[in-house]
Amino acid sequence: MSNHTTEPHRISPLRAAFSNPLGLIASVILALVLLAGLAAPALAPYDPAKVMIFKVNALPDAEYLLGGDGSGRDNLSRLLYGARNTFIGAAISVVVAAMIGVTAGLFAGYYGRSFDTITSWVADGLMALPAIIVLLAFFQALGSSIYLSMAVFGILLSPGFFRLTRSLVRSVRNELYIDAARVSGLGDLRIILRHILLAVRAPVVIQVSIVAGISIVVQAGLEFLGLGDASVPTWGGMLQDAFDNLYTAQQNVYWPGLAISITVASLVLLANSVRDAMQGGMRPRLSAPIQAQSNPVNGSIDPQAILQLRDLVVAYPDRQGWRNVVKGVSLTVKRGEVFGLVGESGSGKTQTAFAVLGLLSAGGRILSGSIRFDGIELAGGDDTQFKALRGRRIAYVPQEPMSNLDPSFKIGDQLTEPMQAVLGLSRAQAKARALELLGRVGLRDPERVFKAYPHQISGGMAQRVLIAGAVSCNPDLLIADEPTTALDVTVQAEVLDLLRDLQAEFGMSIIIVTHNFGVVADMCDTVAVMREGTIVEVAGTRDLFTRPTHEYTRMLLDCVLDDPPVRRYSGVAEASR
Amino acid sequence: MLRYIVVRIAFGAVLLAVVCTFGFLLVFSGTERVALNILGQSASEADIAALNAKLGIDRPLLVQYQDWVGDAVRGDLGNAWTTTGTVTEILGRRLPVTLSIVVTAAFINALVSALLGITAAVRGGIADRLIQIVSVVGFSIPNFWLGLLLVVVFSLTLGWLPATGHVPITTSTLGWAVSVTLPVTALVLSGIASVSQQVRGAMIDALGQDWVRTLRARGVPEGSICYRHALRNALPAALTVLSVQFVALLGGAAVVEQIFAIPGLGELTVRSAIAGDVPVLMGVIVAMIIVVITVNTLIDLINAWANPKVRLT
Repeated sequence: MSNHTTEPHRISPLRAAFSNPLGLIASVILALVLLAGLAAPALAPYDPAKVMIFKVNALPDAEYLLGGDGSGRDNLSRLLYGARNTFIGAAISVVVAAMIGVTAGLFAGYYGRSFDTITSWVADGLMALPAIIVLLAFFQALGSSIYLSMAVFGILLSPGFFRLTRSLVRSVRNELYIDAARVSGLGDLRIILRHILLAVRAPVVIQVSIVAGISIVVQAGLEFLGLGDASVPTWGGMLQDAFDNLYTAQQNVYWPGLAISITVASLVLLANSVRDAMQGGMRPRLSAPIQAQSNPVNGSIDPQAILQLRDLVVAYPDRQGWRNVVKGVSLTVKRGEVFGLVGESGSGKTQTAFAVLGLLSAGGRILSGSIRFDGIELAGGDDTQFKALRGRRIAYVPQEPMSNLDPSFKIGDQLTEPMQAVLGLSRAQAKARALELLGRVGLRDPERVFKAYPHQISGGMAQRVLIAGAVSCNPDLLIADEPTTALDVTVQAEVLDLLRDLQAEFGMSIIIVTHNFGVVADMCDTVAVMREGTIVEVAGTRDLFTRPTHEYTRMLLDCVLDDPPVRRYSGVAEASR
Repeated sequence: MLRYIVVRIAFGAVLLAVVCTFGFLLVFSGTERVALNILGQSASEADIAALNAKLGIDRPLLVQYQDWVGDAVRGDLGNAWTTTGTVTEILGRRLPVTLSIVVTAAFINALVSALLGITAAVRGGIADRLIQIVSVVGFSIPNFWLGLLLVVVFSLTLGWLPATGHVPITTSTLGWAVSVTLPVTALVLSGIASVSQQVRGAMIDALGQDWVRTLRARGVPEGSICYRHALRNALPAALTVLSVQFVALLGGAAVVEQIFAIPGLGELTVRSAIAGDVPVLMGVIVAMIIVVITVNTLIDLINAWANPKVRLT
């Protein structure tokens, strides 16, 4: 993943923009408008100030191709000269905004601390008032030069560049090559210029397009309000003229407005296509969605089994197509059994667990195979089968307790809502049951926890809350995904004890997904070892530790050789992190 | 929570003081041509000096500032230079008109953006594509051009709605609604373009959180996950853009009021800017910054309700 996030910086933003048809069209339009502005004197059929009295508000004809304005001047010529004026105004804003914003952002991001705080405050202050009101208020002080107004507008727009540059510099600053540059004795200024400017290049191109678009609109707005120089032909000024003659010459409203909108839309589309390219292109194009197929379990259905997986294949889409993360897993979990699923990260153990819950991450799919829960086939159908079982007969305890509680709701709400929804309890019944469960999982003050928000309790407490929630429906199968990995060493043993006690009490089966053989030794009856999406070995826990048959299992066990199998898992967790 | 409110209000007061100071220094430093504007280009030196003395702008800037602040804290923002009446009086007449339009636009913006953004995030498909188009179109069509197009289509061609004029909401609710329909439409498009994008992003973000999987695993219905849990978590990000958009709406009102001949704060600003009525401009700055601070504080409070962690800081 980390490779993908740094890679886009190296794409040439221009080439990226051209790779997308919309970006290409937008670039061509912008080039044409720019050319029209530059070559206006050569292209314009008339002097933009030339008045032909009989052409006042004239409709388009052979002489005035786009008609005449309220004073009898040629619309087309004024439009071409307006492009020139528009680009000068936009360029002034962009240059001022970029120079102030990027400079301040580079320093704030690189040096941080007080400079950062002060500039952020100024940036917030600049955003507090509408820009056009500020420009109007300063009109007397600035005089009727629209270019001066656009320079001031550039200052008002600089926070955008500032924020962007600061956050980019912050993320780049700590990367290794900057440290390397520093160690090799390069001065601070040279580090900033050489390395960081390169990294912020593409995002700044996006920001330039957006700022240019905004300033074109604001400039035209000011001119429309009559704050420009009346002797210079501008798009906004043309709209003002059209507005003054709205009842006699509606057609004049269209041309300048279209010119503004098409130019601004091109800038936005250009920015969007550069952004898309930076984010690694468009979503993967899948020729046809692959139909999941369920293969009915061949041979006997084990009446002792609560869960049987046969040849389960789980895949996620990537740029090439589907990438299998679980490649034909088969396993059987017996009733009342604690089943360990071990493997290194990326071995597909968590994806196997999520497949059983029907909760694969976005895009993930069960491509083939069978998931049979208590005789019910779950794979191959839609989500209804899973929905009927989740939170009723299959429960889930996650790895990171803190990120698995909704931060905006009280613990009590999060416990009682599913009970009311799933078990049909009343509010009062659900609360009573929740308090009872909170006590059962070993929380000393259930009432207080019930009323607390997630950020007000510790990680260990949060994990107990999640366990309480998981067992609240009296499930047949509990899937615990690394239930102790994120916890303090002292809390890990307590949480495992709790899980074991609850397993005995409720008579449920547990699948523990873990990378930790200490947990396996302490908890599990049966263990499956996973590697690269397949199961390499399944055995009883004692057998696995004493007579591992597969090379890979032996290698994993060797890594934790110093560790006595039972009750010293906490050390393993530490070591294997 | 109380402490949080106090801190927010104190922050607003500081911002008000800072913006007023900078605003005053800049606006009142450009008063050399004001006398000429009022008296006409042929005015004599003596007349100009007399008027400058009468308006008090012959004094040093800091002395003027001191006096202005002294009066302002008592609610007196001085007299208008180019029209009759006190600034406070004029603002009192103009502000409600603009607020009735801008607040309506903000609500419609919030409502439409929420609908579009949530649908796009949850269902994808057509709503998702629509939102991408709206975001480009809304950004590209300036409100003043949209306003003119609306007048051409709905007033001049179809004759459905009035092209100009404003009926105060206190006079007739229906008359008001009819008179603000086109101005509000011209105002909201660009806001919807940016807010709906943000809502979409915030919802997608929220729905990708770990706790969504856990709630699903516990059998919480999808409707509750989207509209109760994810929406509440997406609210702060959406509200933050909305407060930025509110500032933009106030700016947009300046232009749109001009088109529809609405006697609001924006039209007042444009006229005062061209005439050089500096006390009125200063009054507009004060009024707007107070409105902005009030709205931002309200939004901060809603955020604090939605996100319990905020209350602690």
